[in-house]
Amino acid sequence: MTALTVTGLTKSFGGLRVTNGVDLAVEPGERRLIIGPNGAGKTTLFNLITGELASDAGKIVLFGQDITRAPCRRRAHLGLARTYQIITLFPRDTILRNVVLALLGLSGLRWNPVVDLARQRHLTVRAREALALVGLDRVADRPLTETSYGERRRVEIAMAMVQNPKVLLLDEPFAGLSIDERRDVRQLLAAIPPDVTIVMIEHNMDVALDFADRITLLHFGEVIVEGTRAEVVADPRTREVYLGE
Amino acid sequence: MKASSTPRAAVVAALLALMTVPLWVGNSYYVDVASQILLFAVFALALNVLAGYAGLVSLGHAGLFAISGYTAALMLQAGFPHATAAAGAVLATLVTSAVFAVLALRATGIGFLMITLALGQTLWGIAYRWVNLTNGDNGVNIAARPAPFGISLAGAPSFYYATLVVFLLALAAMAAFDRSPFGASLRGTRDQARRMTALGYNVWLIRFLAFLFSGFWCSVAGLLYLYNKQFISPQVSALQASAEVLLMVISGGTATLLGPVAGAAIVVIMKYVVSAYVVRWNLVLGVIFVAIISFMPEGLVPGSVRIWGFARRRFFALPRRRGTVREGAQPQARCGPTGPLAGSAPQPPDQVWGGEGKDSRKPSPGAPP
Repeated sequence: MTALTVTGLTKSFGGLRVTNGVDLAVEPGERRLIIGPNGAGKTTLFNLITGELASDAGKIVLFGQDITRAPCRRRAHLGLARTYQIITLFPRDTILRNVVLALLGLSGLRWNPVVDLARQRHLTVRAREALALVGLDRVADRPLTETSYGERRRVEIAMAMVQNPKVLLLDEPFAGLSIDERRDVRQLLAAIPPDVTIVMIEHNMDVALDFADRITLLHFGEVIVEGTRAEVVADPRTREVYLGE
Repeated sequence: MKASSTPRAAVVAALLALMTVPLWVGNSYYVDVASQILLFAVFALALNVLAGYAGLVSLGHAGLFAISGYTAALMLQAGFPHATAAAGAVLATLVTSAVFAVLALRATGIGFLMITLALGQTLWGIAYRWVNLTNGDNGVNIAARPAPFGISLAGAPSFYYATLVVFLLALAAMAAFDRSPFGASLRGTRDQARRMTALGYNVWLIRFLAFLFSGFWCSVAGLLYLYNKQFISPQVSALQASAEVLLMVISGGTATLLGPVAGAAIVVIMKYVVSAYVVRWNLVLGVIFVAIISFMPEGLVPGSVRIWGFARRRFFALPRRRGTVREGAQPQARCGPTGPLAGSAPQPPDQVWGGEGKDSRKPSPGAPP
């Protein structure tokens, strides 16, 4: 059984078809890299998979379960987590509260209007553990507004990982990071347990090629090349479309 | 005195002051003004759930307030006892809130505001024009205030104490709500609705339930208003009433516990006290609002806290208080050298994300050289 199967996925915005019959089959534990020039439809593909956008046609199956019509929130409960290219966090809260919110999203406690959230030790302990893993435990109580871009990127990853996802979608996790921060995030991603399937969009080929088992090249919303790193890099269409040769 | 005991002392002092209002105010008119501050504070706290915590600015809440008052007044006129009329009023307001929510939550921002404005005006139109039911502009009178547990609320002091009990219950409910997981979820939908959905939250349902919670306290405030005035008219549901309570919330400080209370105090005092001495009291109220927005754009309560903090640092050379930082934590520490990222050597997977301790991934056969 594949972890994630996408079949004939199509999406148009008005007259512009941004995703055109995309097929994708990602095996459990696989590290899949999605590449393509700007406007190729990579982030739209992620938005379709997570349910933030409704597809016009096609099918999405997560571990054998058809989730094509499942709402976005339901997909999170089924084990789909993501990070965003443009960091999307809760700016008025602390780092810790951001991660607690991620934990709370899958907990029945989120409906409770009576208990004190700060006293839910099982949540705060788990959130601090997750933050320790991304090296932010000592600044967990710092307001998010007082953090650097790289720290926020790590918070994003901690929020996704604390939900124990089966499939993790990473949208350009290295975007905007310094060389040192890139190294740190690369190290974090390499340390994600092998049972978590990862699909990653990334432009930075230095770090991305090293990470991926297989690569899918999108162009104008279509999959034009798919294969191992060597196969994709060697394919003349990759050079033509993406590498500009 | 310990820093942590200061807020506790302030709470005790505030409670003592509130409990002795009829003693030191004396005049029953001013005791009645105090009751109105408290009941409008409950109304403002109700709106604050939506406007503050949910980021959904409503201009139709006076309609909900009026539904409660009219339902109770009409039921009392029809001969129902006070308890039944009050329960009916709460139920009617909750049902109306649910209808409002279903219609208004199709939008956010200006769209939400316009839909609630239209719904509020619809209720005002019904109250004003359905004369057979509501007696139109002449309003509805009730014969007497209720007497819960045999305690008459006819006098100003007894009504004040009854209102104070309800106000404190509302404040306690809001405090619990503010600290609760549901409160955090609601604030999350205000700040990043899309992200909340991706994290597994049902954003629409959270907002819907918040609307009902707000509607419940609107109904309580509407009941208090009816009992206080023993009269209700369409003016209660007018746009001006909705705007007034919104101004209470904004001027006091949205998404704060005491902001709406302070805002209610300002508006009610201007309307019922200052207006006795200053003919153009509306102008004074406008100047106060402009001053608050200019110098404390976050509202009177959070603005005062900010200025007090600045004064402490400036004139008393006291360090900044960081309430969110735990004891023993090092707020100034940078993230770099801590956690598994410390050092340059990569960590094994099991030491970082708690995996199975082995990397089962096969090396890719097509790895580039």
